[in-house]
Amino acid sequence: MKKDIILAGVGGQGILSIATIIGNAALRLNMYLKQAEVHGMSQRGGDVMSCLRISTDPIASDLIPKGKVDLIISLEPMEALRYIDQLAPDGHIITSTEPFVNIPTYPEMGTILQELESHGNCIMLPCENIAKEVASARASNMVLLGAATPMLGLTTDDIKQSIRAVFESKGEKIINDNLAAFNAGLAHQF
Amino acid sequence: MKNKLLLLGDEALALGAINAGLSGAYAYPGTPSTEILEYVQNNPVARLRKIHSHWSSNEKTAVEEALGMSFCGKRAIVSMKHVGLNVAADPFMNSAMTGANGGLLVISADDPSMHSSQNEQDSRFYANFAIIPALEPSNQQEAYDMAQYGFSLSERIGMPVMVRLVTRLSHSRAVVAADAEPAQENQFKYPENTAQWVLMPVNSRKRYNQLLDLREDMENEAETSPFNTLTPGTDRRLGILASGIAYNYIMECFPEGCPFPVLKISQYPLPRRKVAELVASCDAVLVAEEGQPFIEQAMRGILDNGPKIYGKLDGILPRAGELSPDSVAAGLCKLLPDLNLAVQVREPSTTVVARPPALCQGCGHRDVYAALNAALDDCASPKVFGDIGCYTLGWLSPFNAIDTCVDMGASITMAKGAADAGQRPAVAIIGDSTFTHSGMTGLLDAVNENSPITVIISDNLTTGMTGGQDSQGTGKLEEICLGLGVDPDHLMTIDSLPKNFEDMKKLFASEFAYEGLSVVIARRECIQTARRHAKAKKLS
Repeated sequence: MKKDIILAGVGGQGILSIATIIGNAALRLNMYLKQAEVHGMSQRGGDVMSCLRISTDPIASDLIPKGKVDLIISLEPMEALRYIDQLAPDGHIITSTEPFVNIPTYPEMGTILQELESHGNCIMLPCENIAKEVASARASNMVLLGAATPMLGLTTDDIKQSIRAVFESKGEKIINDNLAAFNAGLAHQF
Repeated sequence: MKNKLLLLGDEALALGAINAGLSGAYAYPGTPSTEILEYVQNNPVARLRKIHSHWSSNEKTAVEEALGMSFCGKRAIVSMKHVGLNVAADPFMNSAMTGANGGLLVISADDPSMHSSQNEQDSRFYANFAIIPALEPSNQQEAYDMAQYGFSLSERIGMPVMVRLVTRLSHSRAVVAADAEPAQENQFKYPENTAQWVLMPVNSRKRYNQLLDLREDMENEAETSPFNTLTPGTDRRLGILASGIAYNYIMECFPEGCPFPVLKISQYPLPRRKVAELVASCDAVLVAEEGQPFIEQAMRGILDNGPKIYGKLDGILPRAGELSPDSVAAGLCKLLPDLNLAVQVREPSTTVVARPPALCQGCGHRDVYAALNAALDDCASPKVFGDIGCYTLGWLSPFNAIDTCVDMGASITMAKGAADAGQRPAVAIIGDSTFTHSGMTGLLDAVNENSPITVIISDNLTTGMTGGQDSQGTGKLEEICLGLGVDPDHLMTIDSLPKNFEDMKKLFASEFAYEGLSVVIARRECIQTARRHAKAKKLS
């Protein structure tokens, strides 16, 4: 089993928590993992991405070759498109439809959604809205993780166990909020 | 017994050092090296043992402090970003002359592609320049293992050892097998050869000859290093010399195994016999290395009349920016089109627009720039000399507020030089941490000549850009400025809040009009650290 994933979003949105949870599961399952992040200047409201590779066999490169990405998981619709040239022909996109507009030149929403759909294999959901309904806006990233889980090659139970482990120190309420958001994302049928 | 942990390259190296009996870690924050010292600060063993992990004022003081610990026989690491090594170049170069007593690792994290830096200088040139051996891990496990290995090497040959990291290793996580039990720290023990540590000419001349002899030992160490491995191949048309993480990109191209002989280099000076062995086993050699063409230049020489060498100097691999599996595959295909490494790739989106980083909402630097721009509106030809930190983002829209950004501290000194040339007004803007790093000495120059410049210290009480590390001048800035001799009538402090816009604008304008040195400290806690502090308070 081998999955090459790009996690995308805007600095501060919480893509690294998704990586931490998948990483926790991969480590427990004795899998190989490489996860490249960007720190420093670009974290200040700019576009951020992380390459996450999990595999049952050793992994050579920290970066994923172009055209080999299995999944783009994005907390922001335009950011999902930023890495489209890296997606494999049979790759999937799982993205939130809610734009993060902090630039004056942000494109038309209709154009973005149309382009995303044109690629096929695209799952779009309003993560923040769903998160607000079942928990709080801060758990949007768990809604996204829930929607992506069927394509991760890891079981739902493995991910849930890792959500518990990662949020353990924050108390039962936070764990349950995140699990509720995760389940809501998982239940989102497309 | 080994523990399996998910660690950044930076963290793996830090943990390796702790488990190898580290006694002191020294650093000034700088992307991508910051997480090394942060890891030591948060590690339970390091805390229990009271391993030194306080931030230093700058990279030069950090290297000297680490050298002092090595002098006493203890194991020390000092970490910095590549351009930080420029600041520390004096003690670094001279530490080759003193040598090391306790194991000493000088960790320099390069930033090819300039994700968060002014240039992409390659630290391996410094190691070569100083005649100091260097280690270049290719993955997180090697980063961990090289700490223990590097300390032993350092003590065996009595030399500091450089560890060169790059962004994609520093900031990439992988599973690392780490020792469950940390080794004991070294005993306190002075150097046997005391004259070597006093670099006056009579001693230095003697020591330099010794250092030149030692270079041979360093090369022999690299010849037998477990990190420099030559793997034979079946296809002799090409041999590949791959260093550091470039090795991973080569391997990524050949999931079924590389058909070509590969020499992996992770320890310097270059092992000449191993390189010759590779060259003898194939028709031509491709050199793949992250950063500048350090190995390639050495192999080609100025005559370049030896065996056929390919790499960055001939454009087979890109000269600028970091390597990637894609650029390495493209380079291999240029040499051997029959390799057929190309994959089907989608067209990039034409809808996507750039999303540049910006100062946070609620950041005091924003209010400083708003007031500064308003105050400069009436000036015919103002120039604002910027510095290194979050506030460098003031160059971008909507503020477009600074005219220069060169290196740590250059705001004050360049403003002074410009004022010497006749520039009015000449404004310097510098953060609190950058000010204590390298701004204070420049300010003394301006004090001594009462230079007509206005220095704005935008004090957010932290080292912001790297994620909020303690700033060494917090609570001391006024006293430092007064101590350096700034006229108390022209040392002003104001809170950089939106409600103070008019006051700040007036204050700036009146100091711009003054024909002498002014310092304005505009203060407001970084919004990121303020949130963190509020959260911590709520929890307690």
